[in-house]
Amino acid sequence: MSGGEELTALSLREAGAGIAARALSSRDLVEAALARIAATDAKVGAFLEVGAERARAAAAQADQRAAKGERRSELDGVPLAVKDLFATKGVPTTAGSRILEGWRPPYDATVVERLEAAGAVLVGKLNMDEFAMGSSNENSAYRPCSNPWDLSRTPGGSSGGSAAAVAARQVHGTLGTDTGGSIRLPAAFCGVVGLKPTYGRVSRYGVVAFASSLDQVGPLARTVEDTALLLGRIAGHDPRDMTSSARPVDDYLARLEQGASGLRIGVPREWFQGGVDAGVEKSVRAALASYEKLGAKLVEISLPHTKYGIAAYYLIAPAEASSNLARYDGVRFGLRAEAKGLKEMYAETRERGFGAEPKRRIMLGTYALSAGYYDAYYLRAQKVRTLVRRDFDAAFEKCDVVAGPVAPTVAFPLGARTQDPLQMYLADVFTITCNLAALPGLSVPCGLEATSGMPVGLQLVGRPFDEATLLRAARALEREIGTLPAPAIGSV
Amino acid sequence: MALSLEEVRRIAGLARLRLSAEEERTFAEQLSAILDHVRQLEELDVSGVEPMTHALAAGEVPALRPDANRPGLPAEEALAQAPAREGTCFKVPRIIE
Amino acid sequence: MPVSDFQMVLGLEVHAQLLTRSKIFCGCSTEFGGEPNTHVCPVCLGLPGVLPVLNAKVVEMAIRTGLALGSRLKEQSIFARKNYFYPDLPKGYQTSQYELPICEGGVVELTVGGEEKRIRLTRIHMEEDAGKNVHDVSADGSSGVDLNRAGVPLLEIVSEPDLRSVDEAIEYLKSLRAILMYLGVNDGNLQEGSFRCDANVSVMRKGAEKYGTRCEIKNMNSFRFLRQAIDYEVRRQVELVEGGGKVVQETRLFDPDRGETRPMRSKEEAHDYRYFPEPDLPPVLVAPADVERISKELPELPRARAARYARDLGLSAYDAGLLVAERAVAEFFDAALAAYGSGAEAAKKVANWMNGEVARLANERDEAPAAWKLTPARLAAILKLLDAQTIGGPGAKQVLEEVFATGAEPADVVKAKGLAQVSDTGAIEAAVDQVLAASAAEVERYRGGNKKLMGFFVGQVMKAMKGKGNPAVVNELLRKKLGE
Ligand SMILES: [Mg+2]
Ligand SMILES: [Zn+2]
Repeated sequence: MSGGEELTALSLREAGAGIAARALSSRDLVEAALARIAATDAKVGAFLEVGAERARAAAAQADQRAAKGERRSELDGVPLAVKDLFATKGVPTTAGSRILEGWRPPYDATVVERLEAAGAVLVGKLNMDEFAMGSSNENSAYRPCSNPWDLSRTPGGSSGGSAAAVAARQVHGTLGTDTGGSIRLPAAFCGVVGLKPTYGRVSRYGVVAFASSLDQVGPLARTVEDTALLLGRIAGHDPRDMTSSARPVDDYLARLEQGASGLRIGVPREWFQGGVDAGVEKSVRAALASYEKLGAKLVEISLPHTKYGIAAYYLIAPAEASSNLARYDGVRFGLRAEAKGLKEMYAETRERGFGAEPKRRIMLGTYALSAGYYDAYYLRAQKVRTLVRRDFDAAFEKCDVVAGPVAPTVAFPLGARTQDPLQMYLADVFTITCNLAALPGLSVPCGLEATSGMPVGLQLVGRPFDEATLLRAARALEREIGTLPAPAIGSV
Repeated sequence: MALSLEEVRRIAGLARLRLSAEEERTFAEQLSAILDHVRQLEELDVSGVEPMTHALAAGEVPALRPDANRPGLPAEEALAQAPAREGTCFKVPRIIE
Repeated sequence: MPVSDFQMVLGLEVHAQLLTRSKIFCGCSTEFGGEPNTHVCPVCLGLPGVLPVLNAKVVEMAIRTGLALGSRLKEQSIFARKNYFYPDLPKGYQTSQYELPICEGGVVELTVGGEEKRIRLTRIHMEEDAGKNVHDVSADGSSGVDLNRAGVPLLEIVSEPDLRSVDEAIEYLKSLRAILMYLGVNDGNLQEGSFRCDANVSVMRKGAEKYGTRCEIKNMNSFRFLRQAIDYEVRRQVELVEGGGKVVQETRLFDPDRGETRPMRSKEEAHDYRYFPEPDLPPVLVAPADVERISKELPELPRARAARYARDLGLSAYDAGLLVAERAVAEFFDAALAAYGSGAEAAKKVANWMNGEVARLANERDEAPAAWKLTPARLAAILKLLDAQTIGGPGAKQVLEEVFATGAEPADVVKAKGLAQVSDTGAIEAAVDQVLAASAAEVERYRGGNKKLMGFFVGQVMKAMKGKGNPAVVNELLRKKLGE
């Protein structure tokens, strides 16, 4: 077998192909991943739970299947990991919150079932902002997570661990969730590919809910091809989720290499106004130039309601969250603070179990829904949501994909925005409208920002259920400018 | 717009959160700031605009579940994670109706 | 000042459990009872990450009910979340319908004291039931939570405040209950709580225009309790108003032991349910084709059936009303009549036995028609034996009782118990001679003109024949022998 470092450097596709060719074993890959995690995670903090024994057992079975020529898929035997809000039967699932400390779900999330059915080896559960509420992973109740490119900076959030684990070469791919940018932002900050599918493309069953009308599950990986592979495995209708779409799932690899020639790429005026760092804009513009060079046509478009996205989002998401988080009451599972009366037990349990951000959003959402304010806040926000969707519908008359920055800045230093929630929320200004409009969005690395040396992500947003075109466009750029090198993590 | 401490307490009560005096103050401040930002929605004329209450693509007709029984959880598994139990009931402080 | 100077105004909210196999959003059993928390799964336990999937049968039954009650069916209705904290509510919200219910409007027609009344419905909507709080489960006075019932499908049927007396209220509930049972959507069981009712009660001075402030009364699981609760509440409100006080809008609980209503502690907090559309459930779409199909399958409803009995069979409104009250009874009647004969006379006869002896026995044994050993064919057979004078009235009642108890064939019962009536003149003549011989004095007085004694002779002969003598023949022979 080859050395651990070489194995962890392989893309998901390469690792799977290696097993298929019997050139390497799932056991080697899993041991290499576990070793890499052991060597790097004290610094990175991507994992909340590592299940070495389960992983080794699963690897052994994968190797038996390979030996019998019965591999289940390209993922069979490849070490992956999932954000800690996917229910995993018998394995602690915390959603990054104290209130779920030690909770072992009696069931598996649909996407977990699908990955395991494909033979993937899940080595652990990944760090995240508590209940996926945050943009820096600093709201994790358990441990900080750092950006592998610069340990003093945020990996982004809320799927910080999912992005950091991929960037740090700990696993070959991960799953995260994206409610307002929680896959795309960390993907951009950590220099990996991240895809938030169309709402309804991937089942939410078994995903600890934040904001039900916005949450969507998606893959993060080092290459566009790996991202497409993972999406193909998790996408598709689920009878346990009525909001999952019955549309057939595209073959995301089929058109992957078709290039950018002939693509109409819409560039929204509003995405370059107001506080986009020069270095970020430079990389993004360079990416757009490459597209032109590759035969794509750049079209200037307008998404006039972009600036209202944050406001609408911070009414809708907290409102839904305030209701989704009501079940954490200390009665059936999770943390319970004993108290005399029932009301006191509730209040004490929730006071101790929730961190500041969930509390803040529960308060905000409860207020937005409470008597007398519903129309002024929640209902109005839902109408603005319609206007945001219309912006995109109009744009897609003129273009096939919308392109721009994922975030106004590169990964910011840890602690920089923790005192000012609103400032933190503004990191999502370009990603949020895509969730509001229920559209697919993707973040693909487009270089390193000159002064900080931190990765910059290009965001691509597509028509409903047109993930294939997003992946094709992203792949064209990736082929042109190449993937980023592995970050040197401190002195590993 | 400033959110009063009374308002903060009323909401905390509805949400079953016991906030410390300090939390009450910071939330009053922070929520007020966020609500100020949110106010910009008032600039928009939304008359005649349908609210987007559901995100599933229009035209999709979701399949309903046939009325059939599926195995659930044995009581032991259902109660395995309970902070407190009595027999096969979840145990809670005395409820007065 | 007397209650009689006031007019009570009542509106009722009925919660009817739908007769589905599985719960509204998961595959768990809806069976009543069972050890606590044995009909549960991650979905109805409200565990993190689960999602609801709507039971198609629930929508179908809601449509059926809406059609039967003349409601407007919404092509698109949506579920909403009603947010409040309570241990029997696992998710911290009840999934119900709020702004856009599946049915709007509708009416229930009643006859109260011979007067026709139309009670308008506000709405009918689908929702999930809560679990059950069990009190004093342990020495320390703690409560327990059983979630077997959590997620059981309910229809909430809300009436306008059109009811003006407890009698009307009870008649409304009986009619609605009968309709739901005819439709096969509810089992009508008040004790097990599968047919529950909350009452909105207010009072106003007679002749006043404006309704008074209402209170919602809960926990009345029998018609008797409903009467007690409303009577008490009306008196309470009238006394309040008379004493110059004000009725405060609140939810009150009926206490059957005290026969009183009292404010509900758990509802003291001002209602702020923070309703919003349930994002996990897409809008419910009702296709015109389904409505078409379902309306074709609607059964004949109680009032229509009663009208038909009166019109086609000449039954009295009273008899018809008794027969149609329960669908199974009405169907038994139809079958028995078909097996017995036709025409008004036959119908009247079958109806009398159904509403008389059969009803009496059923009550005595507390047996639902499904459990009866009496079949329509057997009832018809008994009536035919009666017509053929094979048995007399008393004999027929004995046979019915036996058949009801054992399910034996009437003819066999008549044989086994020797209930056959004697019409053969020889045997009767012997008995007559014996009686007349034994009562010379009476014979004298009869001949002397005391014709009333005929009854005495008949009685004596019947006694001598153990009740089996054919009354007609006995009379005839007596007259002959007494020389007329
Ligand atoms: Mg209700
Ligand atoms: Zn269930």
